[in-house]
Amino acid sequence: MVTSVNAAAAARGLAPGMPLAEAQALHPGLEVAEADPQADAQALRALAAWCLRLSPLAAPSPPDGIWIDVTGAAHLAGGEAPLLARLTARLAQAGTTARAALAGTPGCAHALARYGQANAIVPPGGEPAALRPLTVAALRLDPGTVAALRRLGFETIGALLDAPRAPLARRFGAAPLRRLDQALGRAPEPIEPILPPSLCRARLGFPEPIATAEDLARATARLAERLCDKLRARGLGATRLELIFQRTDGSAAIQRIGTAAPTRDAAHLTRLLQPKIEQIDPGFGIEHATLAASVTTRLSAAQPPSPLAATQAAPDLAPLIDTLANRLGEDRLFRLRPVESDLPERSLARLPPLAPPAGTSWPAPLPRPVRLFEPPRPIEAIALLPDAPPASFTWRRRTHRVRRADGPERIYGEWWTRPEEAQTVRDYFQVEDEDGARFWLFRRGDGEDPATGDLAWFLHGLFA
Amino acid sequence: MTPPAIASLRAHIRALERPAARPGGLLPFGLPALDQALPEGGLARGALHEIAGGGASPHLAPAATLFAAGILARLEAPVLWCATTPDLFAPGLAQAGLHPDRVLHAWLPDDRSVLLAMEEALRHPGLAAVLGELDKLGMTASRRLGLAAEKSGVTALALRRPRGTADPLPTAAATRWRVTALPSAPLPSPGIGRAQWRLELLRCRGGEPRTWLVEACDAQGRLALSPLLPGRALGAAAIRAA
Repeated sequence: MVTSVNAAAAARGLAPGMPLAEAQALHPGLEVAEADPQADAQALRALAAWCLRLSPLAAPSPPDGIWIDVTGAAHLAGGEAPLLARLTARLAQAGTTARAALAGTPGCAHALARYGQANAIVPPGGEPAALRPLTVAALRLDPGTVAALRRLGFETIGALLDAPRAPLARRFGAAPLRRLDQALGRAPEPIEPILPPSLCRARLGFPEPIATAEDLARATARLAERLCDKLRARGLGATRLELIFQRTDGSAAIQRIGTAAPTRDAAHLTRLLQPKIEQIDPGFGIEHATLAASVTTRLSAAQPPSPLAATQAAPDLAPLIDTLANRLGEDRLFRLRPVESDLPERSLARLPPLAPPAGTSWPAPLPRPVRLFEPPRPIEAIALLPDAPPASFTWRRRTHRVRRADGPERIYGEWWTRPEEAQTVRDYFQVEDEDGARFWLFRRGDGEDPATGDLAWFLHGLFA
Repeated sequence: MTPPAIASLRAHIRALERPAARPGGLLPFGLPALDQALPEGGLARGALHEIAGGGASPHLAPAATLFAAGILARLEAPVLWCATTPDLFAPGLAQAGLHPDRVLHAWLPDDRSVLLAMEEALRHPGLAAVLGELDKLGMTASRRLGLAAEKSGVTALALRRPRGTADPLPTAAATRWRVTALPSAPLPSPGIGRAQWRLELLRCRGGEPRTWLVEACDAQGRLALSPLLPGRALGAAAIRAA
């Protein structure tokens, strides 16, 4: 029996499932190699381990697939599409034919990689639409069920989606509906990641399955201590950690945390992991737990502070930043640094919260507001051309009479950023209305040359 | 001037209210007129202070924002600024002396996360202060922030940005300030001078409400008494006249 064919053989009409004798009769010169499922599985695991370079979470999906969880890792490759393109190109260079798909659920990605377009990317929530046109064989069902579904006229997943669920379950058992729900994200399907052997990890088995939150918390604290001992022995600090709880039924619950600076402080890690434990569903009980440091960097041994040091070291904000980032989201915390740009909206850039101090601030003499509207709010203004401040302006249906004003501060467009800005000019005015409120207004254009702007007025910010 | 008997009684009540010594100490404004009105001679560190904006747009509260930035600028360690709207402009804060290297920003989805982040950060003694821009702040939440601040000595500032026009709920803040922009003094030549504010101490634990006319924060975050009416606190009539 033929189990697998390469591209050249497929082009000559050979297909898996064909008896070997028939294939050899069709093409007498056929090169035949004995199938070795065990070696295949091993090679698949090795390939999955190679995929760990894309994301800390990858798992073989036998017999012929690999799942890679790229949540939060796609931006490292420049986005989802470049990531898929790079992955398939690299595999092709290595002589491996691969099809890739990216979706919100493992089931959907599995189906599209095999039956959808090459390098398909499903937007969040687009799973039903992406699955509808695919054949029911894409649902990871045994061939008998697929044949039975086909006999009853269920050719596509869409037909299955439209059918009432109860009769389907009666006729075909729970499998098709479970696979359908998994593919649509209605039922969870955790993937169990492989951990490369060199990974720093701590494992804890339980003689009796544990399920209470207190037990899980205790186990986590023990794991953190053991992992930190190992990290210390290797001179490493962890910045990404996976906490994996293996349930008695073979499924796994996985929680991930990240730290802003490499750490091997067990108490700190335990504090970060504690809130994640509440989200874990122990099912019928947890059999063993693993804490793995999936991303580590070198961290030298801490030097005890000298009692003679006169200056106090800067307070270590890393524990606070980790706690906030893991509870509220990683990209919500940042610092700002000045950027040399005259356009106010481009004059700052985000830095990671623990980046070394930039040491520079914005040029002091230029007046800058404390609140900036982005995009600038259009207003109606009455002003003398070319360079007088407005006498009055209307914003949000209220007319403000200008009592005092300063300006203009002329800001030129940055042609090196966008060619359309080559000639544009903004004239900024700081104005105070009759109540003392201060506004930052600008006019597009210098008031003389129409190429510099259309003379529309905007409110860009508020001064104190 | 309060009679000595009342002053000693007040000190006694204060001691009852807060048995332990304040870990953070004080942050004086450097203006005797303001500092004397505060029971401890300055803004207490390790306490919650509430700052609101007056005038036509209390939600945008630019004057209150700069007033808060001035307070943060005069502290030394890093500060955390939690906001829910993206309209904060750091170059403006730097003009009150708040260097960008000292500010850790958190941009959060709602008031609840701001309160959560503030409470967590207030436990961290490495920070000098934690500021949260808040639409609503109730008694319970403010009490929790105040307790967390008291424990660590980190100063908590609640910059109020109300979305509605409803009267603010009472809070457990140690002081409550309102900053309103006033028309500035005319200059001899065309231009715009230092901004004038009406600074109201609306509520103060162990002190009395007062109002001053001040000049906006300078490049070091310091206020100055307005030369329009130097050196004296104002009654309601005087404000109207100004």
